Amino acid sequence: MLDGVDDDVFESLVDTVDRFARNRLIPAERTVEQANAVPEEIVAEMRAMGLFGLSTPQEFGGIGVNAAQESRLIEALCYASLSFRSLIGTNVGIGSQGFVMDGTAKQKARWLPGIASGETVASFALTEPDTGSDAGGIRTRARRDGSDYVIDGTKRYITNAVRAGVFTVFARTDPDEAGADGVSAFVVPADTPGITVATPDRKMGQRGTKTSDVIFDGVRLPETAILGGPAMLNRGFRTAMKVLDRGRIHIGAMAVGQGQRMLDIATDYALERSQFGKPIGQHQLVQGLIADSQAELHAMRALVRATAAEYDRDGAAVLGASCTKYFCTEAVGRIADRALQIHGGAGYMCDYDIERLYRDVRLLRIYEGTSQIQQIVIARRTLAGRSH
Amino acid sequence: MKVLVPVKRVIDYNVKVRVKGDGSGVDLANVKMSMNPFDEIACEAAIRMKESGAVEEVIAVSIGVKQAQETLRTALAMGCDRAILIVATDDVHTDIEPLAVAKLLKAVVDAEEPGLVICGKQAIDNDMNATGQMLSALLGWSQATFASKIDIDGDHATVKREVDGGMQSIKVKMPAVISVDLRLNEPRYASLPNIMKAKKKPLDEKTPEDYGVDVSPRLEVVKTAEPPERDAGIIVKSVDELLDKLKNEAGVI
Ligand SMILES: Cc1cc2nc3c(=O)[nH]c(=O)nc-3n(C[C@H](O)[C@H](O)[C@H](O)COP(=O)(O)OP(=O)(O)OC[C@H]3O[C@@H](n4cnc5c(N)ncnc54)[C@H](O)[C@@H]3O)c2cc1C
Ligand SMILES: Cc1cc2nc3c(=O)[nH]c(=O)nc-3n(C[C@H](O)[C@H](O)[C@H](O)COP(=O)(O)OP(=O)(O)OC[C@H]3O[C@@H](n4cnc5c(N)ncnc54)[C@H](O)[C@@H]3O)c2cc1C
Repeated sequence: MLDGVDDDVFESLVDTVDRFARNRLIPAERTVEQANAVPEEIVAEMRAMGLFGLSTPQEFGGIGVNAAQESRLIEALCYASLSFRSLIGTNVGIGSQGFVMDGTAKQKARWLPGIASGETVASFALTEPDTGSDAGGIRTRARRDGSDYVIDGTKRYITNAVRAGVFTVFARTDPDEAGADGVSAFVVPADTPGITVATPDRKMGQRGTKTSDVIFDGVRLPETAILGGPAMLNRGFRTAMKVLDRGRIHIGAMAVGQGQRMLDIATDYALERSQFGKPIGQHQLVQGLIADSQAELHAMRALVRATAAEYDRDGAAVLGASCTKYFCTEAVGRIADRALQIHGGAGYMCDYDIERLYRDVRLLRIYEGTSQIQQIVIARRTLAGRSH
Repeated sequence: MKVLVPVKRVIDYNVKVRVKGDGSGVDLANVKMSMNPFDEIACEAAIRMKESGAVEEVIAVSIGVKQAQETLRTALAMGCDRAILIVATDDVHTDIEPLAVAKLLKAVVDAEEPGLVICGKQAIDNDMNATGQMLSALLGWSQATFASKIDIDGDHATVKREVDGGMQSIKVKMPAVISVDLRLNEPRYASLPNIMKAKKKPLDEKTPEDYGVDVSPRLEVVKTAEPPERDAGIIVKSVDELLDKLKNEAGVI
């Protein structure tokens, strides 16, 4: 169903992103860690390279990759620190896909070209201080006032909010419906009066990435600001779930890229470091750590590829995407732990990349649906599939 | 002015090279191939000249197997305007020798009439470092090798060359063949949109027969071998012992 880019051209794209990640991004990782910011010249290079527009359709100036291609490019990009991926993450994923999937022609034409070029950063504002996993229960209100809507509420952990040009904001439009069916998605230009972006959060890892609270105080919008137009009133949560479906495959691919990186550096270390008169890679117990990581990495990659292919064929892969996110992000946590263990005391030291990568991948099990939420989705679907 | 840039498809510089079992050469089956890094620098130089307005058109040429198309697409994605592929063999293990390449390039120069040829100083696969020099001889053009800076001013070019003793500046008459060294520039990454657009740029496919050039080999590879394994080092106990070993064992002082 989703055609994507021609195969021969696509291989060149992968090759270019792979080289960029290895030759340009990896050498900059320590600078990013220390400065807690990605240097502007790298942001500019990522823009020039077209990375912000990976998943934007070609008619709006993007590359228009399908889910299978996206996952291979993201795997290549995520051989380098996840901090770089976060910059393009919202434009490629949660911040733009709502427009692509459900936006009106006007909304697409207004926002997608800027999203594709990276000129406009798109953020996705769903989570709130009191509602995370139970996203259908959000409390941010969009109150009808004449033909306008007025948004009040606070969003939390919003990635790239400090850079955003446009937010997709989820808010309750039906106060009598407490669940997901009373929620609409709004397209909110960042310069709309009444929006405050708070100081960025201090985080455990992925330094250089920016998340913030975003406070909406009497933010007035016309009804045409509803994503997909007034006809999509109270149907915003469905958009959110569709966006997250593809996003979960993307996160699986991030885990594959980081898993490969950590296995590579741990293997190199095991070849170099000697104890008891031989390289530690020759001790069977260390070989066990390497073998388990390699086997899981193969399984992760195969699962991402299969699920992405299913998504491109059917236009959805709810069960597969949840399985992919759950398995890949948990497995990459195990790989991180083993890779650090192989480093011995050195793995606990900030001078070694593994210490940072270990912290960076921890996030993958939490956002865009925690592991427990994936388990719930997987089990519910599985049970429903067998009940008569 | 038009500029011609020859580009060669070679084994990727990151690949760990393996010698074929029969010693006839390096194993290239299912190995990642890329544009010769020096040719990337040559492309970059030509594209920058175009961007500065000094050059109207940059033409990339590759001679080798059909798959060199990919290498030319990379050149086009970087910013070359069009490409010519001369399919001279269908065997990835057949290396077209510098003289044959130079003859073909001369024929292309005769047909396209560029004012300048910019090439890499050597290909990283066989390190011949000969094609540019042979081409300039065949054409009767000036040559400037190992360029680390190029300034074109009307009917002459000033080229800074990296030589053993340091830097040398030479002034050559145009038209010229300039071969480039590592420090001339840092080649750009082709952007993803430009890679997509490169597919639509013209790429002509030719054969050596079209130019009346015989590419059959004149050189014979007798044997290819892995470099010898490095012996383990030793720790010396004193300066005297070190001097003794350098003098009597290594024979270097
Ligand atoms: C760095 C970062 C970036 C983020 N970026 C964005 C963004 O751009 N936009 C956005 O909208 N959000 C974003 N988020 C929010 C993220 O999606 C949420 O943090 C996530 O959904 C979890 O919600 P929560 O933090 O409120 O945890 P909670 O929902 O409070 O969960 C706490 C714990 O309870 C468990 N739990 C909850 N419910 C159940 C249940 N029914 N059964 C079993 N266990 C359960 C969870 O698995 C978890 O272990 C980001 C978060 C982080 C950390
Ligand atoms: C924060 C910190 C504080 C410390 N404080 C002190 C201190 O006060 N005093 C002090 O003396 N030391 C101290 N240490 C050193 C610590 O005890 C060593 O780091 C630890 O013993 C591991 O040694 P190593 O780091 O050299 O790893 P290595 O011995 O190189 O081990 C690397 C990996 O190889 C594995 N391995 C090694 N040999 C084998 C084998 N035969 N079979 C299977 N696997 C094997 C290890 O399990 C590990 O996974 C400290 C370390 C840290 C990180």
